[in-house]
Amino acid sequence: MSGRYSAFSLLSNALQYNRKWPRAWRNPQPKAHYDAIVVGGGGHGLATAYYLAKEHGYDNVAVLEKGWIGGGNTGRNTTIVRSNYLWTEASLMYEKSMKLWEGLSAELNYNVMFSQRGVYNLGHSLQDMRDIERRVASNRLNGIDAQVVSSKQLGKAIPGLNTSASARYPILGASLQPRGGVARHDAVAWGFARAADALGVDIIQQCEVTGFDIQGGRVRGVKTSQGDIAADKVAVVVAGHASVLAGYAGFRLPLESHPLQAFVSEPLKPVLDTVVMSNAVHGYISQSDKGELVVGAGIDSYVGYGQRGSFQTIEHALQAIIELFPAFSRVRLLRMWAGIVDVSPDACPIIGATPVQGLYFNCGWGTGGFKATPGSGWVLAHTIANDQAHELNAPFNLERFASGALIDEHGAAAVAH
Amino acid sequence: MLLIECPWCGDRAETEFSCGGEADIRRPALPQTLSDEAWADYLFMRKNTRGWHRELWNHSQGCRQWFVVERNTLTYEIAGSSKFTTSSEPETEGVDSSAD
Repeated sequence: MSGRYSAFSLLSNALQYNRKWPRAWRNPQPKAHYDAIVVGGGGHGLATAYYLAKEHGYDNVAVLEKGWIGGGNTGRNTTIVRSNYLWTEASLMYEKSMKLWEGLSAELNYNVMFSQRGVYNLGHSLQDMRDIERRVASNRLNGIDAQVVSSKQLGKAIPGLNTSASARYPILGASLQPRGGVARHDAVAWGFARAADALGVDIIQQCEVTGFDIQGGRVRGVKTSQGDIAADKVAVVVAGHASVLAGYAGFRLPLESHPLQAFVSEPLKPVLDTVVMSNAVHGYISQSDKGELVVGAGIDSYVGYGQRGSFQTIEHALQAIIELFPAFSRVRLLRMWAGIVDVSPDACPIIGATPVQGLYFNCGWGTGGFKATPGSGWVLAHTIANDQAHELNAPFNLERFASGALIDEHGAAAVAH
Repeated sequence: MLLIECPWCGDRAETEFSCGGEADIRRPALPQTLSDEAWADYLFMRKNTRGWHRELWNHSQGCRQWFVVERNTLTYEIAGSSKFTTSSEPETEGVDSSAD
């Protein structure tokens, strides 16, 4: 345990020129056996391990990460948090997550810089506005804060936004979720890692899972680049590589992995104090605390594991942003990157049991998993501990693709996928 | 941006094409005889290959023909394009090989 962070620890470490800060988590060697192994050290995996230890008393858990903590999609997203999904199943799941976000910094004793600066989803046509009104009504029925705002109100709230009627795709209005916002994604990974480590979870980096030990239809352990490790239960939370690991376990998933690109601009003075998303022109933008404009694109249409995408996708997203904020046309980009997102047919995740006993998958979050980080870990931990899905994630089972009980958030989820 | 060879038009920029996903998925000849699982398998389950991948592309801004590209999904290298060869496979009767 690395000691509790507090105003006192900040002051005393500052007085020692910040040379005495302990490591935030240990760097242990893998044990021969764990009660539960979480494969994937991103936000969702670390949260799963944390809630397993915290809520369900697991004291022998490991997180195996092939690279480094938070080096995958956790550190590659645009950090937007919201819960204004259309369908009840999805909105309750994301709202659970939102409630966990609201207490997360205190819970983890780590400032995840969760900033509820509001999220606007713009409407550019009468049909967009009908969809927005429907979604806002649906959100309210599910106890989620949501309101419809007019173009005039938008112009006042977001001065840089082009709300003029002469815009190529005029903005007619928007939905607003005031409790939505952004969080510092690295801090989320580090905070969960530190808090899980403090509860005894072994976080093992540079440890790639290369196969499973499956006997009699039940998982007994994993094969890794650091040797075989036995486990009673294994949870796979690897985002873009879920299909690869499912292949090791002998089944297929209804997923395709695509590159999803994002970029940040050079730092600017504060110019945008909220999050703006547009489904129709497909762009989303916010400003980080460092002043960079953070812009997200859509997925590239082909299957890709290369963590890079095609140039025209960047161009397309930036066209949308400049359409919305003409003043940003002279801003220069600083960095661009891509993550590998595993997109499911109904744009909803798959969380729960698999054809192999004791093996759980949490995947298919597609383009929007960051916002779900705490809730996703919370429901998966419950599923692992009880060997039964929580009512929040029960609808997100793998069987829905055969039964037809899909949760069709495609296009309804306030952003195109 | 990918440089894709259309078997009819030659090398063209990726922006002229639409990606149709995994190739060689055959529509079952008698869907009404399938179990829900087998139908779901056809409809939703994908190989999602990491490595060499046969996939469908449509030259949508050009000749509008569908064809198969062999592409590495990790390095994005393209090995080549080919036209469909369904004529040698009689069991594919009624197959919609342009399934999107």
